[in-house]
Amino acid sequence: MSPLFFWLFSALMLIFGTAVIINRNPVASALSLVVCFIGLAALFVSLDAFFLGTIQVLVYAGAVMVLFLFIIMLLDLRAEERRRINFLAFGGGAAVAVIFFFQLYAVINHLAIANLPFPTLPQARTDDVHSVGLLLFGNYNLPLQVIGILILVATIGVIVLSKKELR
Amino acid sequence: MVTLGDYLVVSGLLFTIGFAGVLLRRNIIIIFMSLELMLNGANLSLVAFSRFRLDSLGQPNYHGQVFVFFIITVAAAEVAVGLAIIVALYRARRTTHVEDINTLKF
Repeated sequence: MSPLFFWLFSALMLIFGTAVIINRNPVASALSLVVCFIGLAALFVSLDAFFLGTIQVLVYAGAVMVLFLFIIMLLDLRAEERRRINFLAFGGGAAVAVIFFFQLYAVINHLAIANLPFPTLPQARTDDVHSVGLLLFGNYNLPLQVIGILILVATIGVIVLSKKELR
Repeated sequence: MVTLGDYLVVSGLLFTIGFAGVLLRRNIIIIFMSLELMLNGANLSLVAFSRFRLDSLGQPNYHGQVFVFFIITVAAAEVAVGLAIIVALYRARRTTHVEDINTLKF
């Protein structure tokens, strides 16, 4: 994995991630989020997590973003008009986020394993679907079934919530 | 050479961008997108740990990737329910601006 690609895709992901929260038009935000997630999928592939990279593109850049765009168009949202900004609240929120990042950075700097160089595998692995699947259906069989129930409940909940009259 | 710290800083930056979006934006759909950014920032650090901390056989630690798989699944369910709630809210109040929804405000 060349460092060039790491920095390229990180920059792509972070720039479009920032575009998500800067754009005033929700459609532009949603499309920036797609590019951000594709950059993240490329970083997953750089970490030899091919299965998760594929899932990231399919589930996030595909299904979830279509859902977001569909809702934005259903609600017919336009670029929001400028409102009076409470500068005290805005500055406070920005300060909290920046302080949070510097705190995180300090912790990572003190982490002994943060200087770990990229380890090379004994032999190149491309069968990570096999390994993840073995764990998923062996060690994590019960959580997998709980997740299945959760998705079923979510489906029923969405149908109930989108009925015409909520009683 | 890319180190584990580089991946952790990038994932922390992604999390911070999402955090700032939740704190600063007032459109509830954008807030929801920022939540997704935060979840994905955490996912990136989990996958980085799984690749950098090899197990005794010299293989990546796939438990971390299974964890990320579960997070992606729960996030997909959460998006579906959350957007349904936003649609119900919009039907009742005709707004997606959080400052217009202040019934419970102290």
